Formats: sequence, C-alpha cells, structure tokens
Amino acid sequence: MSSILIAILSLSSLGIVAAIILYLVAQKFKVLENPIIHDVEDALPAANCGGCGYPGCRNFAEACVNSDSLDDLYCPVGGQETMDIVANLLGKKAKQTDPRVAVIRCSGSFENRPRTNHYDGASSCAVASALYVGDTDCPVGCLGMDDCVEVCEFEAIYMNDKTGLPVVIDEKCTACGACVEACPRDIIELRKQNKKDRQIFVSCINTEKGGIAKKYCSVTCIGCTKCFRVCEFEAITMGNNLAFIDSDMCTLCRRCVTECPTNAILEINFPLLNKTSEKVNTDIKK
Amino acid sequence: MSKMLKTFRKGGIHPAEYKLTDKSPVEILPLPEKVTILLSQHMGVPAIPVVSKGDTVKVGQLIAQGRGFVSASIHSSVSGKVVKIDSIPDLTGYKKPAIVIEVEGDEWEENIIQSTDLRKDITFSKDEILEKIRESGIVGLGGAAFPSHVKLILPQGKKAKALIINGVECEPYLTSDHRLMLEYGEEMMVGIRILMRVLNVRKAMIGIENNKADAVCHLKDIASKFHGIEVYPLEVKYPQGGEKQLIKALTGREVPSRKLPVDVGVIVHNVSTAYAVYEAVQKNKPLINRIITVSGKSLKKPSNFVVRIGTPIRFLIEAAGGLPENTGKVISGGLMMGKALNSLDVPVIKGMSGILVLPEDETKRKSIEPCIRCSKCVTVCPMGLEPYLLMLLTQNWDFYRLEKEMVLDCIECGSCSYICPANRPLLDFIRLGKTDVKKIIRER
Repeated sequence: MSSILIAILSLSSLGIVAAIILYLVAQKFKVLENPIIHDVEDALPAANCGGCGYPGCRNFAEACVNSDSLDDLYCPVGGQETMDIVANLLGKKAKQTDPRVAVIRCSGSFENRPRTNHYDGASSCAVASALYVGDTDCPVGCLGMDDCVEVCEFEAIYMNDKTGLPVVIDEKCTACGACVEACPRDIIELRKQNKKDRQIFVSCINTEKGGIAKKYCSVTCIGCTKCFRVCEFEAITMGNNLAFIDSDMCTLCRRCVTECPTNAILEINFPLLNKTSEKVNTDIKK
Repeated sequence: MSKMLKTFRKGGIHPAEYKLTDKSPVEILPLPEKVTILLSQHMGVPAIPVVSKGDTVKVGQLIAQGRGFVSASIHSSVSGKVVKIDSIPDLTGYKKPAIVIEVEGDEWEENIIQSTDLRKDITFSKDEILEKIRESGIVGLGGAAFPSHVKLILPQGKKAKALIINGVECEPYLTSDHRLMLEYGEEMMVGIRILMRVLNVRKAMIGIENNKADAVCHLKDIASKFHGIEVYPLEVKYPQGGEKQLIKALTGREVPSRKLPVDVGVIVHNVSTAYAVYEAVQKNKPLINRIITVSGKSLKKPSNFVVRIGTPIRFLIEAAGGLPENTGKVISGGLMMGKALNSLDVPVIKGMSGILVLPEDETKRKSIEPCIRCSKCVTVCPMGLEPYLLMLLTQNWDFYRLEKEMVLDCIECGSCSYICPANRPLLDFIRLGKTDVKKIIRER
C-alpha cells in the first residue's frame, strides 16, 4: 500500500517541479508578438505559394501589419475578397486589383508545328531550352515538358497529350505566377480575368519575320498588322513583327480574331463565331 | 611496365576507345560551294563584320574584327563573294549572326606563305608574335575555343614556369590531335617554341595518353632536336584532357577552386593550337582550317579531314561515305562532351574537333530510375564534387547551397552521367544549375 503512495507522491511532485521550471522558462523567453498578425494569417489562404513575393503566408501577414498602406501588397490566391478582409482587420484600405489568370501564349501543337527532331534528354524545359532550340524549329515556342505543370501548387495546369501544349484551368488558376517564373521561354502571361473567363490574346511570342516563322509554325503571328489596324480601342501594339493585346484595354469585341490570317489570335470561352476559330479553340481546350 | 605512368588521382572513367581513324592519314577536303562563317565561334564577345554584302574576299582576308580583349577575329576561309550577312542557326539551333560566302576559285592573300617547307627559325620578338596570334584569330582548338592571346598575356604579378601542351585526346573516337602529332609534329614543335618564347618559360611538357604509342615515340624523337621540350606518356583515363586534370597528372599540383592554371605557374595549350600558332607566326596564315575527325561505326569511310571553317557538316559526312540509314544522332565534338546536332546544315566552327555519326540503337537513353545512393558518381567525379546532390539542389532551385557545393567547379566532363546505374541525367541538371548560379553571381 505504502509503495503505491510513495510512487504517486514522488511522480506528482516531480511533475509539479517540472511544471514550475517550464513556467519560469516560458516567462523568461516569452516572445511578444502582435496578435493581429495571427488573425491576418488566418484570413490568408495558407497556400504558401509565394505568389505575393514573400516566402510564405506568415511573412506576408507580417508585411501587411507592419506596412503603412496595403497598396503594394496583394495576395493573388485569395484575391480581392481576402484583401478586403485583411484590410478590415487592420483598419486600412485595400487597393482594387483586378483578378488575373495565366494564359499560354503558344499554339504550336503537333499539327500546327511539325517536330523536326527528337529530344531524349532530361525531361525539363529549362534543361532543353539551355541546350538547344527544341524539337521544332521555333526558337521561342512551348517545349511541352511539364515545367509549368510541375511547379503549379493548385493543379491548375495540365498537359494536353494531343497537342503537346499545357492547358490552364481558369477556375483553379490563382495567378500566383509560379509558372510564369518556371517557363524558360516566357510564354505564360498573367492577364486580366474577364467575365465568364473569356479571353482574347495573341497566342504567339515569335518575333521572327513572317515568311520565316510561317515555315515552321502555321499559327504564328506574322506581324501583318491587320489586327492592329482593325482595333478601335488601341489595345493592340506592334513590335518586332509581333502583335500584343493589352488585356486591360481589350473590350473583347472579337474583331481582331476574325481578321487574323494565321489564327494566331485565340478566343477562349466565347460562343462560336466561325469554323476556323472553333477548330483552334477546341484544339487548345481539349 | 616497370615505371608507373603519370595520371591524375581523383575520379575518372575508362570508356571504350573506338579510335577507328588513328591510322587514316589526314586528307584535304575539297572546297564546298558555300561556307557559313559564324561570328561567335569563340568564348567572349562576338566579332563585328568588316565586309558587306557583295564584296569579294580572298582566303585569309579579315571579315570580322574581334571586339574587346576577350574576343577573336574571323577570317574568310575561302575566296569568293559575300552573299549574305544574316542570322543563321548555329549548333544549338538558335540563330546567331553569320557571314555566308559563295566560293569562287581559291585565291589566297599574298602575304600567306602556302609552301609546306618547315620554317624553324623564330625571328620575331615577343610582342610581334602576340600581335600575330591575335590578328590570326587563334582560339583554343581543344574544344573550349577560348581566345589564345588572352591566355598568353599573363596577369600582372603572375609568372609561368612551364608550358603544358595537351595531346591527351581522351575522348573516344577522336583522332584529329593524334594524326596532327604524327604528321605535323615538327611544325607543332616550332609552334611550342614560339609559345615558350612568348611566355618566357624554359620548359614545355607534352602530355600524351599511352594509347597513342606511335605519337609518343615520334614526338620523343623530334623533341630531342628542340631544347626544353619533353614528352610524357600518360595512363589512359578520361577526362585527362581537362586542363586541371592534365596539370595534376604532369606536375602533381592541384589548381585551387575558381583559380587559373597560371596560379600554379603553368599555362596549358592544345597541340592543334600550337600548330595553328606556327602557321600564324611563320606562314602568316590565320586560322581558316582545322583537322576534324569524322567517325562512327556505321560510316563507310571514317576519316580525318583538313576542313575549311564554315563548311557545312553535311559536306563532311558526304565525304566520309554519306549518312547511314540507321543513324540516330550526329554529334559535334567528342562522344562524352559533344552535342547532338539538330540539323546537318550547321557549319564547322573553330572549336569543333570531331563529327560522330552514331546508329540509333547506341544513342537511345535508357529510362531514368530513382537514385540508389551507390555514390558511383561521387567516386568518378574528377573534381571531387557530389553530382547526385548538385542535381537534387538544381531541381529544388536551391542556388545558394548549390554555390556552396562548388557547382561552378564542374568541368562538365559527363563522367557522372556515364557511370550512373540508374541512368540519371546528372550532367544535364548540373549544367542548368551552373548557368543559374552564374546568373546570380553576375547580378551580385
């Protein structure tokens, strides 16, 4: 009987002593922290993707609390909604930012851009791009080796086996910009998200003269300036034999789409206009 | 053998040699119809064209001037008319500026001495020689194509004690240096004497792997007539032709990380470079041709050719019996460090030592398996690096750590990828990591 008592007493006294030591140590090394950082962090999506420019959500929360204004801070994953909540918590004002979405600016599918050689090295766009021009003759087009797919934390990009090109799932894309950074050829662009995920863009970044570019890709932008001339909203700029549509100025009127002789301008999620655009559209989306 | 042959200690591999052309004498290739001369055949700044479209040029005429210190001038390798100055796909497929010349006859510049007589007496001063080497656009012909005059001007306060001549040719298939040593040995020796005069050194060591016994004997015979030049046979081991490995093998000294050979008192030049220096100084002939091995087991007539710079590779392969049907890859350079070509229309450049035509079944890469931590790559790495780790760090974008693990010391010899039992593309990723780390350092 007494042995049980001794055991209970000695163990509990040991426990009490340890508790006192722990309490004292905790008091001694207490880190004072602004509790609001924790609240802000809770409001963030906890994706830790780095899309905001900070290593993780915690660092971003700290930056939000410590900076005077929220103008330069934006969480692309949470979007405007999250920023409004954060602004509410901090009593600051969040800047209105349009949500963005990634688009792949290359339509060089197997059909449009024939393969001229076979690459069997390490399956990485970065490696292949540093090594040589790629398995087609286009020096700037998509290499189709999954670098963007692998880097996406949100599973918003998949590789279309039929075309050999990556496809962005608009609903899942958070515009964190990880794929933009991973792409060695700078094909991926973050563009303004429109209603019903509609999008019109020049799906090419080739700056070669039209005659040469056309030899290795049938859907290249040849820099004919037809779209530039037809655009009433000054959304299209020309440079280096390449047209570029500014997503902030574009009103989605679709006039340039029908004008383009090489189908280099893509329209996504639009009702069908004519047969050629339907063909390109289905090629890219499926 | 009673005496142990010299070699470097750390790492190294023994790939099969396949020296198919070591008995074929060097043949002079006929002129092609058109040559494409790239303006960036060397390390450093591309040259600027000094001719324009429609000009007639002679063999050896300057067509592009080197710009800045680390750059090399480029000379016309044929006589004819400049038809185009435009961007042309180079070995990588990316477009680079080039001059296209249509061949008409074979008219040489007057001051070039075309006779093959040996001119032994060196009558020029140190500065005159340096100027001649620079004007001739000579670059390191071993493969790296680093402008030679840069290597010959020593940084202030540094002194060279010995000149090392690289006749190792450790790459499988290649025999261009081997044939050069056998057929142009004496000219090469004069070239070495010229280099010794420029560098002000008393001693030159020629390192040759022991699988070229005939070249070793031949050069030992000639070397007895030249003061201060010695020939050393070396144990056969890849990558002995690497600058740092050769220095270690011959002198026993190790070049510290991120330092130059001159820091241990030596300068290394290739045998072909020595020959080019002889031609430039004694015959006023700029670098317009070089010896190239065209080889491969399926080729009808593997050969060594003297080729004018700018000749399309298709032309070389035709001369060697045409492209076999089962060809899987055509490689420019050696089997270990060379690069597969994606077009046969690319031109010969100064740094190209061989063209290899390989059948399809030999070139297929095997499927990549997970790393089994056998550490074979660590054992064979001649620079004492950990290739498996460097690949992993590159894949994880950990460039800070990559720099600490000395990724920049990698000489890209490919021993790790060769030995890996899991067929991992180690070198591909290390090369990528190297470029990224270099970029970060430059930004700093």
